[in-house]
Amino acid sequence: MINWSLIVTQCLNGVQLGVLLFLLASGLTLIFGIMDFVNLAHGSLYMIGAFFCATFTELTGSFWLALVLSLPAVAAVGILVELVVVRPLYARDHLDHVLATFGLILCFDTLVQMLWGPQGMAIPLPTFLNGRVTIWPGISFPTYRLLIILIGLAVAAGLYGIVTHTRVGMRIRAGASNRTMVSALGVNIQSLYTLVFALGAVLAGLAGLMIAPITEASIGMGNEIIIVAFVVIIIGGIGSIKGAFIAALLVGLIDTMGRAFLDGLLKLVISAQNAETAAPALSAMLIYILMAAVLAFRPQGLFPAKGQ
Amino acid sequence: MHNLTTDVMLHVSELSKAFGALRATDAVSLEVRVAEIHAIIGPNGAGKTTLIAQLAGEVLPDSGRIEFLGRDITRLPPYTRSHLGLARSFQITSVFLDMTLLDNVALAVQAHQGHSYRFWKAARRDAALVQPAMDLLSQVGLAERAHRLASDVSHGEHRQLEIAMALATRPKLLLLDEPMAGMGTEESARMVDILQGLKGRTAMLLIEHDMDAVFALADRITVLVYGQVIASGLPDAIRADTSVRRAYLGEDMTAG
Amino acid sequence: MKRAVILNRRSWTLWMGLILLALVPVFTSLTGQSFYLDLVNRLMILAIAALSLNLILGHGGMISFGHAAYLGIGAYCVGIPAYYDVYSGWVHFPLAIGVSALFALLTGAICLRTTGVYFIMITMAFAQMMFFALVSIETYGGDDGLVIESRSAFDPWLNLEDNLTLYYVTFASLAVCLYLMHRMVQSRFGMVIEGAKGNERRMQAIGFNTYRYRLTSYIMSGAMCGFAGALLGNFTNFISPEMMDWMRSGELIFMVVLGGVGSWFGPVLGTAAFILLEEWLSGITIYWQLLFGAILILTVLFNRGGPLRGANKTRNRHA
Repeated sequence: MINWSLIVTQCLNGVQLGVLLFLLASGLTLIFGIMDFVNLAHGSLYMIGAFFCATFTELTGSFWLALVLSLPAVAAVGILVELVVVRPLYARDHLDHVLATFGLILCFDTLVQMLWGPQGMAIPLPTFLNGRVTIWPGISFPTYRLLIILIGLAVAAGLYGIVTHTRVGMRIRAGASNRTMVSALGVNIQSLYTLVFALGAVLAGLAGLMIAPITEASIGMGNEIIIVAFVVIIIGGIGSIKGAFIAALLVGLIDTMGRAFLDGLLKLVISAQNAETAAPALSAMLIYILMAAVLAFRPQGLFPAKGQ
Repeated sequence: MHNLTTDVMLHVSELSKAFGALRATDAVSLEVRVAEIHAIIGPNGAGKTTLIAQLAGEVLPDSGRIEFLGRDITRLPPYTRSHLGLARSFQITSVFLDMTLLDNVALAVQAHQGHSYRFWKAARRDAALVQPAMDLLSQVGLAERAHRLASDVSHGEHRQLEIAMALATRPKLLLLDEPMAGMGTEESARMVDILQGLKGRTAMLLIEHDMDAVFALADRITVLVYGQVIASGLPDAIRADTSVRRAYLGEDMTAG
Repeated sequence: MKRAVILNRRSWTLWMGLILLALVPVFTSLTGQSFYLDLVNRLMILAIAALSLNLILGHGGMISFGHAAYLGIGAYCVGIPAYYDVYSGWVHFPLAIGVSALFALLTGAICLRTTGVYFIMITMAFAQMMFFALVSIETYGGDDGLVIESRSAFDPWLNLEDNLTLYYVTFASLAVCLYLMHRMVQSRFGMVIEGAKGNERRMQAIGFNTYRYRLTSYIMSGAMCGFAGALLGNFTNFISPEMMDWMRSGELIFMVVLGGVGSWFGPVLGTAAFILLEEWLSGITIYWQLLFGAILILTVLFNRGGPLRGANKTRNRHA
């Protein structure tokens, strides 16, 4: 007896996680692909998006309004970070990027604690989002999670559209393949970089504020998911948005389905007791094993960005 | 007369490498014989660097075969080729800038003294490394500069260092990628002397633009244009060859 | 230019430092401040970890962001046997070294096929994998960690329950590790690692299979750090997955960088600077991490030009 309802629900959960990972990973991969900058503090922007949304929801009483207000707020923080910390470091090597952004994480975690206190903040949702939607007879899924999926996919489509069909996107792609040439042609490279960084920040903040109603906005919430975002861009190929999308969905699905079904699958082959001990650990390790497997065959990831 | 087949050290047949639509190496065939200096000339963009990269093992060809001392080395990594007796110098200086000249050459010597899983004895005081390294530095005229940092010496001295490092690996064949690149007349003359000194002992495949050097050193010359061999033979024959004159030498044929 | 070993300025710092460390217990017993004994003990343990990281980071140019995993592995090699009532130090320490070396071999074999940013992220990811794996194993405490009843037993020679003994065991270990490092860095092996950091392409051209040598140094580094982890587990009597968190790895990198990357005594100075700064700041305000983070950022911004100067950085992506 196959429990279709469970499988479909978990699949959708996997897609929802994937979509969030994509929002994080796309910003990371753009920033790396175009500016050659490793931004560990990306998870902090995710966290800040969540806290801004929590506060704005409290102030305005409306989740939607809060969402709209939070995005430019996060963009502003992103721009500030880029100007003060990131810009001086473009010419340096990756170790410096990593150390500086690590320092940033400490700063942001503490700042959030200073401004919002050590406890997390919940974000109440409008009533209609708290319910469930019937997507098939006998299968229902939380409305809000469905919304996350839809927004995420819309953003992905929008991002793809921007990068491939607009002049800004063209400049972004050109900047990725040949910085000096592009600036020689008169495109203001510094502004382009700031724009890209801000875009990445907004995407991260959006992911954070979308998940916060489910998990609460909490200090350090970005520090664990950032690793998963890194796994995504390694699998997908650093610098590639398409790679980030596919890898994000893959990772989201495998992680979610693994956690849900691995112990059941293991019980088919080994004793129930062993399965119960091994399954949580194994399912936690799944995505890393996937990463290792991909790298064994494709050390550059699945879709390494062209021209690099 | 020598038997032609046993005389051949390096045998390249139908080597091809394309980057997208660009055929960097197009069915190139050539040979280097024992103790000969075989020069490769050609205009910029002729694919000389790609050719050397394939011979050295940094780039895998799409098709074709490279045979060295009777062994198929087409897909072997650079470090294995080094141990078979194939050494190279780099067109753009590639040394260990943070180390002294002596350390640079000693490292090359070390590479060919068995394995380096030795964790105890100080390498810089190891006579087995220092002595041969100093000898090699003398050979290229850098003995007095042995203890200077590589980042502190001139470009010409870098090129000499490159040769010393290549020689440290006791090669049977030297791949020299524009050893005279960026050198003035005096330095070039010195380099030609060094290479002349090696003539007869070590075979060389020499890529060069400097026509004086080429005609002074080469036993045979191959001309590469757009990835293809358009002529190959004795220097006088090459000089006289009309397709070569047209494609490359043109009015600039002042040498010889 | 002979390198004077005994009495130049650098080795003077070393000897002074070692003497100071050896005398700390004397000071603390005179003043009754056992807190400082603990602080310096912890400092020395982390210094060993930083020393091990320096081998691959400073000398080898490999930016491993997952080194804390070895601290955790070493600690769990004390904790898990203790859980099963195996308290012998003769089991704990070799196990810590062995398992760490194995983990380094398996993950290094994969990581070292990559370079640059990929390498950083992959090392980070593997360490996080261990973190999550151990968090998920409820038997060994999971998220809450594992408390050990007594420290590694080396009866009848050493009693690690005595804090002073543990201190001197750590001190001796640090001294031995320093000496081992000193010899290794100057040896033929050390030359290969340094050469591979500076110009890998060149190394391959002259005949070195750099991958194998790097992997060897990676394994040695992991093993030493695992040893430090076993000391740490003994010291804290408490073992938790937190020890392996990637942020701990970041701290280790800072300890190496602060002391001056590549110099063989530097990691000890860097660790001291880091730990003492942390101690001082956290006494001033509960928001000390803000100051700490700011100081770290400023250190990077005003560092003379990058700690990995001289390394052949692949500025072009995925070489």
